[in-house]
Amino acid sequence: MTDTLLVGVDGSEGGQRAAKFAAERATQLGARLIVAYVIEWSPYSFNTPQENDLRHKRREEEIARAESDIIQPLVRELKAAGLTVEGLVRHGHVVEVLSQIAKEHKAGQIFIGRRGLSKLQALLFGSVASSLVQVSPVPVTVIP
Amino acid sequence: MRKLVSAFVAAMLWIPAACRAQDGTAAVTLDERINHAISPITDVIAGIIFYSLPITDEIALPIIVVWLVAAAAFATVYFNFISVRAFRHAVDLVKGDYSDPKDAGEVSHFQALATALSGTVGLGNIAGVAIAVSIGGPGATFWMILAGFLGMSLKFAECTLGVKYRNEYPDGTVSGGPMYYLSKGLAEKNMAGLGKFLAAFFAVCCIAGSLGGGNMFQANQSFQQFVNVTGGDASFMADKGWLFGIVVAVLVGAVIIGGIQSIAKVTEKIVPFMAIIYCTAAIIIIVANYAQVPAAFGEIIGGAFSPEGVAGGFVGALIQGFRRAAFSNEAGIGSASIAHSAVRTKEPVTEGLVALHEPFIDTIVICTMTALVIVITGVNEIGGGMGGVELTSMAFESAFSWFPYILALAVILFAFSTMLSWSYYGSKCWTYLFGESRSMDLLFKLIFCIFVVIGASMNLGPVVDFSDSAIFAMSIANIIGLYILFPVVKQELTSYWSRLQSGEIRKFTVGEAAE
Repeated sequence: MTDTLLVGVDGSEGGQRAAKFAAERATQLGARLIVAYVIEWSPYSFNTPQENDLRHKRREEEIARAESDIIQPLVRELKAAGLTVEGLVRHGHVVEVLSQIAKEHKAGQIFIGRRGLSKLQALLFGSVASSLVQVSPVPVTVIP
Repeated sequence: MRKLVSAFVAAMLWIPAACRAQDGTAAVTLDERINHAISPITDVIAGIIFYSLPITDEIALPIIVVWLVAAAAFATVYFNFISVRAFRHAVDLVKGDYSDPKDAGEVSHFQALATALSGTVGLGNIAGVAIAVSIGGPGATFWMILAGFLGMSLKFAECTLGVKYRNEYPDGTVSGGPMYYLSKGLAEKNMAGLGKFLAAFFAVCCIAGSLGGGNMFQANQSFQQFVNVTGGDASFMADKGWLFGIVVAVLVGAVIIGGIQSIAKVTEKIVPFMAIIYCTAAIIIIVANYAQVPAAFGEIIGGAFSPEGVAGGFVGALIQGFRRAAFSNEAGIGSASIAHSAVRTKEPVTEGLVALHEPFIDTIVICTMTALVIVITGVNEIGGGMGGVELTSMAFESAFSWFPYILALAVILFAFSTMLSWSYYGSKCWTYLFGESRSMDLLFKLIFCIFVVIGASMNLGPVVDFSDSAIFAMSIANIIGLYILFPVVKQELTSYWSRLQSGEIRKFTVGEAAE
């Protein structure tokens, strides 16, 4: 059985660096790589009925856009480099969903980029990297 | 329908006049002219819906109130006190414990409940309670809570049916609600003709209700509140209801016609916050006067059975309580079923159970708080014929002098979000009747905006009567259908409940999807 590594990307440069770093590790270990993109979504938000009406359609659009703009180009690139890659797009809270995917796919490690927030920004918006470190079931590598 | 059309025509005639009226004196007569033009029509409608059986010389019992409470009581017994039995399970459903993680990104139980609540929590909880207590005495509160409790089971039934018989379109949008379960559900029972008729009747009443209680009443009360905090009769806006109406109509139009979701987004973010501030203030007042709480409950319970100085005595208090509860939580009316239908679930029963919480939060929690504050501060005795928001505002003001400003803002925001919800209910019924086309949809939304102006220009009396009558009329068709479809709900419930007990339906836990 081969190892599985998980990398979270968000379309940013940090995410790209994380993907590159994870790909290098996967090559070395001969591991399978999962590239995941999480669309920030909460089941506890307040919506208008008009928004609820269009929710399913919007969800499909969001997934399609993430697939075509972020996941597919990356997967194609990594596959060309000879890796076994799987792309995933999910809705939810980034930290929870990444932990969940790690459990589901029995990933041995999670790689993520960091957003380089100031202390104030991190306080206001929360840092994905530091929250993930607290709850992840497996070791987390944060790529600067 | 002809009345609706004539009201529309009347509105079209007044609007250009409103734009031309520049000087203040013309505006005074304008408000009054709108009032005079509309009230004969609304009086007739209210007279029919609220046909009352005279019991004694001074008490009359509106048949429609009996109709609603009887259905709610029947549902409570028929579903074996589902509101108590499934209360805990419903909390778990709202929390998302039973939601499939694969459906993340779709409309959740919480979101469907929150959306439906934002359509019901509003003026009914603030103004309606004050009206009930000022007319029916503190005892009306008791009957309001009882009606809220019974209403939970009725809401369960209508929301289960709303999801079960909804239409799902290829693009993933859904349309549900009484018009669909009446037509499709009754067709299954070989009553297609009756079903179609009831569905159409419901849709017509819902359109009228969306323009009445969901629109004119909201515009009217928020205008009253605005005038109150800006100086009462001396306010620069006191005689310019039409101007206030135009401003609100433009904002509503920007969202529902212009599709400017940012305005809606802001409202939806602030409304829950306002609800929390309102409840916190109420709790502070209640706690600060804890010594008077037993006495207040004494007045509420004592007043329920032997009220003093209430017109109609015991029955008078009961009628006021029931009437306001029904107007506040809308159980049996069918409106919320339209909002709840948007949820993503495989089991219609789950949304019905979630909907149980709507009358609970709306009537049993929020309305009771308002009533307690009014009774504790004693403003219902010194209010001197005040009704509606003013009375509630005065009650809160006696504890926090600045509260009327917050309340005014809360009322206007609640009213705004209620209008958005009802414009949706109305447009769903409109397109059910006239077909799903963009131009039909647009026409309805334009009419809706015009009614905002009319509502802001009228006196409270005719507006309340019209809103009540249109909304209560929806219950006539809805409840006939519910009686016929109750067995369908029971079947769904029994099946769901046994699968829940056997463990076939269980909570999703992390990592399970991998197995």
